[in-house]
Order: sequence, then C-alpha cells, then structure tokens
Amino acid sequence: MANDPISQFQIKNIVPIEIGGLDLSFTNSSLFMVATAAAAAGFLFLTTANRGLVPSRLQSISEMSYEFVASMLRDGAGSQGMRFFPMVFSLFMFILVANLFGMFPYFFTVTSHIIVTFALAMLVIGTVVVYGFWKHGLHFLNLFVPSGVPGLLMPLVVMIEVISFLSRPISLSVRLFANMLAGHITLKVFAGFVVSLGGMGALGIGGAILPLFMTVALTALEFLVAFLQAYVFAVLTCMYLNDALHPGH
Amino acid sequence: MFVVTPAYAESNPTEGTHSEAGAPGGDAHGGGAFPPFDQSTFASQLLWLAITFGLFYLLMSRVIVPRIGGILEHRRDRIAQDLDEANRLKEEADNAIAAYEQELAEARKKASAIAETAREKAKAAADAERSTSEAELAAKMADAEKSISAIKAKALGDVDAIAEDTASDLVKHLLGGSLTKAEVAAAIRAASGK
Repeated sequence: MANDPISQFQIKNIVPIEIGGLDLSFTNSSLFMVATAAAAAGFLFLTTANRGLVPSRLQSISEMSYEFVASMLRDGAGSQGMRFFPMVFSLFMFILVANLFGMFPYFFTVTSHIIVTFALAMLVIGTVVVYGFWKHGLHFLNLFVPSGVPGLLMPLVVMIEVISFLSRPISLSVRLFANMLAGHITLKVFAGFVVSLGGMGALGIGGAILPLFMTVALTALEFLVAFLQAYVFAVLTCMYLNDALHPGH
Repeated sequence: MFVVTPAYAESNPTEGTHSEAGAPGGDAHGGGAFPPFDQSTFASQLLWLAITFGLFYLLMSRVIVPRIGGILEHRRDRIAQDLDEANRLKEEADNAIAAYEQELAEARKKASAIAETAREKAKAAADAERSTSEAELAAKMADAEKSISAIKAKALGDVDAIAEDTASDLVKHLLGGSLTKAEVAAAIRAASGK
C-alpha cells in the first residue's frame, strides 16, 4: 500500500453521510477542503488583523497576494474586471493553498481530483456566461463572431470559436487536475524506487541515490507547479472574464 | 513498475468495499476505479467543495478583500497626504527663503543708506567745526596781531622815553651838566625826526 502511487488519491470516508441515496460523506477530501479554506482564510484574517500602516512581514505576504491578483485581474480584464476580484482572489488562494497542502507527506491533494477542478472551472465559465448575457444580452454572442473575417470563412470561424469556448472549462480543469495528479504520481514513483532499491542490499543503496536526487528535485519542481498552476488558473479566469466584460473582439 | 503492481492490486479490495459502502447500486465504478474518476465520490466532493469554497468566498468578499483593500487605500492616502504636506512645507520654506533674501537685500540697502547719511552728516559736522575753528583761529590771530601792534606801538612810545632818559644820563655823565627834560626831548625829536 505504501508504495502504491495511486493510493494517495484514494477517498476515504471519515463521517459517512447518505442523503436520498447520495453519498455525501465527510471524507479525507472534505477534511482537506476545510483545512485549505480555514488555513487560507485564517492566515489572511490574522495577518491583517492589526491593519498596520507599516505592514509586518506576514501582513505584507497577504498584501502582496492581494496586489498580485489585483494587478493580474486589472491587466487581464481592465478596471471593470475588479468587480470579480473577490472571486478571482478566492480561486487563486484556494487553489494555491490546496496545491501547497498537497506537498505535505500524507496530506490529501484536493485539486488532484477532476471533479473539484471541473467544478471550479464551471464556476468561472458559468460566471462568464451568466454575466455576459446579463450585461450584454445577445450581444454577448459577438464573442463568437470575430470582426474582419471574410463572409465565406465566417461559418468555419464561428464554429471554431464555439468549440474553443466549450473546451475552455475542460482545458481549465484538466490542466490543473493533470498537473497535480501527474506530479504526485511521479514523486511517489521515484520515492518508491528509493525505498525498493534501498531494500536490495549495498548495490541497491548505491543505485537509490539517483532516484533520491530526482525526488528532491521533483519536490522543488512540484512546489513551483503548485504555485504556477494556481497562477495559470487565475490568469485564464481573468482572460475569460475579459470576454464577459468586452465580448467584441 | 514491479513495485507498483502488487500494491495497486492490494488497493482494489478497499476500493471495492468503499464503493459498496458509499454508493450502493453504483455501476460505473466497478472493482478498482481510478480514484479521481470514481463517480461515487463526486457528489460528496461537490457538496463539500461548495460548502468550503462558498464559505471561503463569502469570507473573502465580506471581510478579507475589504480589509486588505482598506489597508492599501489608507496607506496610499496617507502617502499622498504626506507628499502633499511635504510639498506644502517645501513651498513654505522656499517662500521663507525668498522673503528672507528680500529682507536681507532691503536691510543692505537701508544699511548703505544709513552709512551714506552718517558719512554726510559727519562730513558736514567736520566742515562746520573746521570753519568755526578757522574763524576762531582767525579771530585769535587778529587779536594777536592787534595786541602785537599795540605792544609795538607802546614799545615804540617807550623808546622815546628811554632815549630821553639815556640821553640825559649820557649828557650828565659826559658833560657834567644837566639838561632839562624839554631840551633833551627836543634834541631827540630833532635827531629821530631827521
């Protein structure tokens, strides 16, 4: 069990709950969702409690993450996009902390499950569609009609645009899910090599050095990926929100 | 992969029991479905994600974002205010320097004017003093000349008397006779009147 690279994604019931035939148990995944939200919110809440004019170190981390997301959103969707700031900030912080939590040994990685990333992606796309139609009405469909395209090519271009729009939630969710999943599997496999080679005597211990270095290097890489994927998710959210705000190309 | 296969096989029973316990009658996740694709866990994950992320979002939008935004805005305002204040103070300092320099220039002008008048006054006083002392000196000189001429005249007047005395004495000694004063005076007058 310990060497199985898949078992880390196993969902285990902690408090079984079943309502109307649906399994709504509080699982290890739920536990880490709660932990993620609590840790992220707790950090942001406690570090800014003093409201220091001159920030402490921890307060400036909170401020930096705020300004990081704010500038990302302003660059991506303009100053009108700032109305979505709480959502983008929540997404970024939640995904970042969930990804980073996944780096602790024996911790469950919430974002390594497609349903979670897909739900977050659908939240983004749902917001884009609902806000787009609410704000622009049918003009929102201009999104699929780029200007300056010759009439003959128009049906083809519109089809491509529609497909690209529909694939957004999939690409957005699969990118995050696959990165987290693959990273953790790779890490586990290399770490498993260290253990199994180490159990094979002197030669094995010599041979285990290489995967050990790989594990260390991959751990560093995974920290980078954890941040990068949260960033990518947030940046793409900003770009999609830009479409909702300014549907004309 | 030899490490992985037996362990993976080992996980199958647990997965199976979980599926049975979790979603009775579920069919898509037979045996050992790959956990992320095990649909029996989707409902639970969605529910708990909705709860946790929903609460997280509420907390962010109601508390954290306004708070950090407020902190940053307050700081920005404060910096702008301080810059304004600094600019105002600088302007004040510049004005003070200009006023000071102007006053200094005025004071210099006034000082030179005062010096000029003082010099003129001193010169005038000196001139006046000189003229009075000159006049005094001239008066003294005139007095002196007058007294000299008086003394001279007196002396000259005395000369006749002395000459008479001397002449009568001489005559007495040399000739043994005596002469009357009138005779001597006439003789002298005759001698000096030649």
